[in-house]
Amino acid sequence: MDSIEIMDWKLSENSEANKTRSSGHVAPACALISTVSYGFRPVCSHDDSRNSKLVVRDQILRQRPTDRNLRFMASPRVCVLRAPGTNCDHETAHAFELAGGVAERVHLFRVLENPDVLKQFQILCIPGGFSYGDDVGAGVVFGTQLKTRLADTIQEFLQADTLTLGICNGFQVLMKSGILPGGAGEQSSESSSDPEATLTWNESGRYTDLWVNLKSCSDRNVFLKGIEQLESPIAHAEGRLRVSDESVLKAWEENGQVALRYTTCSEADASESDENTVLPYPENPNGSFSNIAGLGDPSGRVLGLMPHPERFLFATQHPQWTRKNLRGDGAGLQIFRNAVDYF
Amino acid sequence: MLWEIEISSKSGPDREAEHALAEARMCRLNSLATVRSARSYLIEGSLDNAQLQQASGVLADRVVEQVTVRSLPDHSEAGQTERLLNVLFKPGVTDNVGATATKALQELGFEVERVSTCRKYWVNADSNESEVERFASRVLSNDSIDRVLFGPLQLTSLAVGSEQDFELKHVSIRDMDDEQLKTLSQTGQLYLSLTEMQTIRDYFRELERDPTDIELESIAQTWSEHCSHKTLAGRIAYRDENGERHFENMLKETVFAATQTIRKNLGDADWCVSVFKDNAGIVRFDDKQDVCIKVETHNHPSALEPYGGANTGLGGVIRDPLGTGLGAKPVCNTDVFCFASPETGFDSLPPGVLHPRTVMRGVVSGVRDYGNRMGIPTVNGAVYFDDRYLGNPLVYCGNVAMIPRGMSEKEVHPGDYIVAVGGRTGRDGIHGATFSSAELTHESEELSGGAVQIGNPITEKMVHDVILEARDRRLFNAITDCGAGGFSSAVGEMGEETGAEVWLEKAPLKYQGLTYTEIWISEAQERMVLSISPDKWDEFNALCESEGVEATVIGKFTDTKMLELKYQGESVGSLAMSFLHDGRPPVIRDAVYSPPEERAVNLDSETIEHGEVLRKILASLNVCSKESIIRQYDHEVQAGSVVKPLVGIANDGPSDAAIIRPDLSGKRGLVISCGMNPHLGDADPYWMAASAIDEAVRNCVAVGADPERIAILDNFCWGNTERAETLGSLVRAALGCQETAVAYGTPFVSGKDSLNNEFSYVDGETSRTISIPSSLLITALGQIGDIEKAVTMDLKSAGNVLLLIGETHNELGGSHFNLVTGRDGGIVPRVDFEKAPKLFSAVHELIDRGFVRSCHDLSEGGLAVTLAEIAFAGGLGAEIQLQKSGVDATVELFSESNTRFVLEIPSEHLADCHNVLEQAQLPAAVELGHVNESSELVVRGSDGTVLIQDSLKALKQCWQEPLSRF
Repeated sequence: MDSIEIMDWKLSENSEANKTRSSGHVAPACALISTVSYGFRPVCSHDDSRNSKLVVRDQILRQRPTDRNLRFMASPRVCVLRAPGTNCDHETAHAFELAGGVAERVHLFRVLENPDVLKQFQILCIPGGFSYGDDVGAGVVFGTQLKTRLADTIQEFLQADTLTLGICNGFQVLMKSGILPGGAGEQSSESSSDPEATLTWNESGRYTDLWVNLKSCSDRNVFLKGIEQLESPIAHAEGRLRVSDESVLKAWEENGQVALRYTTCSEADASESDENTVLPYPENPNGSFSNIAGLGDPSGRVLGLMPHPERFLFATQHPQWTRKNLRGDGAGLQIFRNAVDYF
Repeated sequence: MLWEIEISSKSGPDREAEHALAEARMCRLNSLATVRSARSYLIEGSLDNAQLQQASGVLADRVVEQVTVRSLPDHSEAGQTERLLNVLFKPGVTDNVGATATKALQELGFEVERVSTCRKYWVNADSNESEVERFASRVLSNDSIDRVLFGPLQLTSLAVGSEQDFELKHVSIRDMDDEQLKTLSQTGQLYLSLTEMQTIRDYFRELERDPTDIELESIAQTWSEHCSHKTLAGRIAYRDENGERHFENMLKETVFAATQTIRKNLGDADWCVSVFKDNAGIVRFDDKQDVCIKVETHNHPSALEPYGGANTGLGGVIRDPLGTGLGAKPVCNTDVFCFASPETGFDSLPPGVLHPRTVMRGVVSGVRDYGNRMGIPTVNGAVYFDDRYLGNPLVYCGNVAMIPRGMSEKEVHPGDYIVAVGGRTGRDGIHGATFSSAELTHESEELSGGAVQIGNPITEKMVHDVILEARDRRLFNAITDCGAGGFSSAVGEMGEETGAEVWLEKAPLKYQGLTYTEIWISEAQERMVLSISPDKWDEFNALCESEGVEATVIGKFTDTKMLELKYQGESVGSLAMSFLHDGRPPVIRDAVYSPPEERAVNLDSETIEHGEVLRKILASLNVCSKESIIRQYDHEVQAGSVVKPLVGIANDGPSDAAIIRPDLSGKRGLVISCGMNPHLGDADPYWMAASAIDEAVRNCVAVGADPERIAILDNFCWGNTERAETLGSLVRAALGCQETAVAYGTPFVSGKDSLNNEFSYVDGETSRTISIPSSLLITALGQIGDIEKAVTMDLKSAGNVLLLIGETHNELGGSHFNLVTGRDGGIVPRVDFEKAPKLFSAVHELIDRGFVRSCHDLSEGGLAVTLAEIAFAGGLGAEIQLQKSGVDATVELFSESNTRFVLEIPSEHLADCHNVLEQAQLPAAVELGHVNESSELVVRGSDGTVLIQDSLKALKQCWQEPLSRF
């Protein structure tokens, strides 16, 4: 990030404009939009309906020059939140950096000590790994900490115009903390009501690392803009989505919350009728309900997914790059670009 | 108050119970008709109902699980229809889940003292009493870590350990005669020889005092085979058909000597940085970083408790690079296992031996859970099967790590604090170093249970994180890992040149009740020892606290050249570092090698169905697909993956080597491969060693590694080397290592040996011993300048030409052809020391210039297996015409001659390829045939006879089937 941006961020942090926002979260200031005529989501559209926001956003995108490294582009700050046992934080931070963000690996203990730390960031990402060893269930302890000790902080963050991404263990944390599938407003610190969905043991009963084909199923999720198909590896033991009541699927679909599904092959047609039939291993590697690999919240600003897009930043990470003569970027990078480009 | 939260599956299969029942069937426990299972948490503390409810919500997944809460002891009646078995860890065994649950519940503000986990099984009540007991001891539990409680739990508390009064113990060794010394060595689990015991006795006679128990233990740890490699680094009188040779230090004069010769030859271009002196070998990588590698064995613990043994084996070897120089960052793991056949009958198991299937499952899970949790990709490995590994499986674990240039040296300063970082010290792993140097017996399970441990990878990951940060902030002067021998070895080694004073009561303990000696020699996992200047301590300690890592000053380094051990202010041991490190009497051993007579293989061509032989070799355990194991390892974390262990059109073909990119912003890659063939050792250990090096190197070269930059490691696992013949075969292998490494210019940078890999038991009246085959693992660490030039082994496009590079000789000795057709005899594969390195360079040039679309080496099963593998991996057929027919064609197809590759070349590059070989003055490549779209492999003899015609689908199925359900 260059120095001009740092100054601007500080400015926006103290600006009156920000204080009037309900969240108090830092976002790129409106003022910047006039000086830099592209690349920022206008804060003033905060109360607009989702769709109109996207329209505005698309127009902005179209005006953008193709060079992403253009000097005057402001880079959103990304909090890659790590806990004991997190182990994909370096490459996830690298992914955001490649996409043009400014990523910082932040230890959960720092946020527990001072929850205001989170206010410096526009994007929260919980990366993969085995937080607390996944000892009492994948993502449970990390999720419980978010739910019980940081509930207000997280609520405030989610309600602001921010993005939240959970990859693999991060998705498990988002589910166990209640951030997903509801998103802002839904997360509850009460443990009385049973959750509607969970990520549990793979049907095979074991940890599995393999590449899967995914199709994007949500036109609302910010992270998936422009993505129809995506290949990425999964590497997990507890990635099978199960629900208390299958009827929840209807609401999820209506809200655009079903973000990613495992699919047969990269050319598979996306016919709606077959989607609910659980595909066999290895297409659906864990037996997930309705072949769901990723879930979003109704606002489209939260995404949790079991596959690892940060393991497909480069063509050479693809298992068949030597067959297909792939070079350059990997398709997984788009998820991080979408996040960065949102601001 | 003690509570039990019992959790079971709401719906869906009870996998644990199904698995247990299937195992029971295999053990022929036929009266067990039904099994169901649950897991439970035993919680000691004061909780009210609301809190128990909330705790249940955290510990159970209420979408898929149901919960029962009860207070203990459980006064309910034993069930009418079912018997209940509870499996708990023995007190003191690491219970990671219990520990995490304790912390999680405490964080919720609950008054919880401790949490333990328990597995519960209900079997049909009319099952046979003794069968249920066998079920409990054979299937459900492992006696070295578990205990089984029958019926409703009657526990009242989970507390372990109690305060012990300090009592200084002396051992009156000065009065002991030889018999008494021998007894002391055995019963005290010191496992020292009589000469060594005599030396100790004489030393203390001179000092005119008796040693304390801790002094004896310190000496035994330091002098153990495990820590000092006294046999191989000792004097050996070796005799073979060429005459006699005396070694003052066998390893130094063979394996190390090869490295020295290579470094001298390289002169200024020497790319070794630190070899054979630190915990891992270090070589140059690029302008910013060096790379280090270490491979260890953890055989004996894995024989007793496969999960924990392999788990801590990998955990241990990861700490080696972390404790090398000023600390290196692990980037990948490699693991090689040797087991008896998983098809071994349960009835034929000797007493005290776990079934190979149980061993294999446990070992794979142990490695999986440690590597995956640490976030280190496991990218390379192999599994070998031989029935002689029955009581003594082998588990090799290796780690590769990156270290910034200029951080390879460390120095302890007198006055520095001795700081223990990471896990707490418990009674686990006591006598691991001495135990690993002893032979396994059917009683080992009882005798050495304490040597078995379970690791906590998350603790190690946290230690890893703070150490790398502290390294970059230059907060410590030296570091080493706490491995075998615990603090005793770590502090003893670090303070060898200076001296050290240790305050044993300062060491943080898992539970009360450890004696000062137990603290000193405990091999509890996940601990590192650092040397820190007092003025850096506060910053270091603050860093550790900020990440939840425990760091404790347990003493200081001195300039007295003495090891001073204190407990609560009182001296409990005082030994001169010089006696500890140089006082051991040299081991002098005889070694004899007599080459077996060469016999020709009977190749009556009438009886050979080549297609059938190929199928059998593909389906043999050593050759068949290991996908079911590989997929359980995270081989892509850290995002450096370039060539994966499985490649091809369906991502399931066997890659020759793995490539990773340790720096995501660079183009340079690391190539990791291995070579091993215990079958050859029976015929000729010298050529076995040469072949293992050749295999490791050619695997590396096959994916694109530069043969000028391949470092190798040796791991010798042998039987009892007190037998002159066994040691003779090892010396013979070491000589092979030396000559081959020099010829190939591949320096050994580190190595390790594990001797006494034998299993003894009593069969009726007879006492029997099974010695493992001589097992030399060579691990290769190669480098590739530009990862985008890497190639994989799967066929790419129809029309390309298949070239065989390298010469085929009649070398069927120790081959898989012999194995599957029940033949023996034949010459074992040799190596042409002059041509081989040239050939590697030529193949590298072809790959580097972009002429090669796929490349695969020839190894077990020879040309036939290579052709089948490249075809089914690529989903493309091939039509092959051999150069010979009849018996000679059999040799051409199945000989396992070294230094050979099959390359797939687009026809436009064919002339270039021939040119490169010609200019290197190598024999011309053989044009075998073409790749086609047919989905069939067809191989004809030179006379046109079809020798093999098989569909890719069938060949692949043969290859995938054997271990697919493992």
